[in-house]
Amino acid sequence: MDRIPILKMGDFLLVTIQVDMHDQLALQLQEDLTARISTDSATGVLIDISSLDVVDSFIGRMIANISAMARVLDAQTVVTGMRPAVAITLVELGMTLEGVLTALNVERGMALLRQKVAAHGE
Amino acid sequence: MISATPSRLPELVSRNAKPLLASWLAQQRASPAARFDLISNTELDDQSKRFLAGVEAALNAGSYDDPSSDAWTDARELLREISRSRAIQGFSPNETASFVFSLKQPLFDLVRRELGAQPQQVADETWRISLIVDQLGLFTMEAFQQSREEIIARQQQELLELSTPVVRLWDRILALPLVGTLDSARTQVVMESLLERIVETGSEVAIIDITGVPTVDTLVAQHLLKTVAATRLMGADCIISGIRPQIAQTIVHLGVDLGAVITKATLADAFAVALKMTGASLTSRST
Repeated sequence: MDRIPILKMGDFLLVTIQVDMHDQLALQLQEDLTARISTDSATGVLIDISSLDVVDSFIGRMIANISAMARVLDAQTVVTGMRPAVAITLVELGMTLEGVLTALNVERGMALLRQKVAAHGE
Repeated sequence: MISATPSRLPELVSRNAKPLLASWLAQQRASPAARFDLISNTELDDQSKRFLAGVEAALNAGSYDDPSSDAWTDARELLREISRSRAIQGFSPNETASFVFSLKQPLFDLVRRELGAQPQQVADETWRISLIVDQLGLFTMEAFQQSREEIIARQQQELLELSTPVVRLWDRILALPLVGTLDSARTQVVMESLLERIVETGSEVAIIDITGVPTVDTLVAQHLLKTVAATRLMGADCIISGIRPQIAQTIVHLGVDLGAVITKATLADAFAVALKMTGASLTSRST
């Protein structure tokens, strides 16, 4: 079965979604990611969705859920590289992903994550 | 009631095509609706000639009371083309319709002259001519209206493209000065072009300036909030500036919650905030 790879970079976990997300894959990702956050005691998660060009309400909710779950496990989540069409779709679906951190690209996302984790640790 | 006798119109028109065209043209020229400032003599001649030929062909095809039938397709197409060109040339509806309606009198004259001895026949043919010309006239108006609507739609589209510039103010700062009323279609274009530019320029802050937006109702406010939310999803921040005092009052009276959005009174204030957010600063040079 397909899985989305989760890469470890220091204290952060990096997920880049490069295939079309179907529901099963999203559920699997949620499962894997929460497991990895607790085993690796990660403090930050970066999800790059720059290759994702189709979203539905389910995927939108998954992103919000993953972020909320990570927060419960004491890790910050940043979603990066959302395409304009995807952003418009999510807003039209009424999902503004309140509470999810966002950044334009992975580089900015990493900087934001470091900043947030540092502020959180103080 | 029309008698069952076959119409003599096809034969009459075919036989008198030349004088008919001449008297029709004379009629058009003499009419107060003639606009030789908008259309040339030769163009009018040509249009009239082609249309009359189309009418003659349709009549000869055996259809003399129903211009919506297939026999009239060519004549209708020609009429549509003429109406369209007149709409573009700036003719009024009245002037456009008179092209067809002025054909009535020459036809009546022709019938009276040729069939004067048979009053019953004259009445029948006159009725047929009326039917045909009236329907063609209505058709002209419809085509004219349609062309006008197409022109309006195109202008709207052009206006839409003109009115949504996304300006790069500074490194990583974009501004979107909105002018005019915001509706759903326009917000969609605004949102798309703003988000595209954010990706292109890698901007972190977008300032939406609504100084030029005359009124803000709940719908406009909702559109603005959507744009702000979409910008945030892309990873950029959004500032709304240029909110006039009256608009601030309206927003509060309507109960719109702009709480999560940074709002500033002027573009200058918003720019200062944006600079701070991107870590830049401006200082005046001491002399």
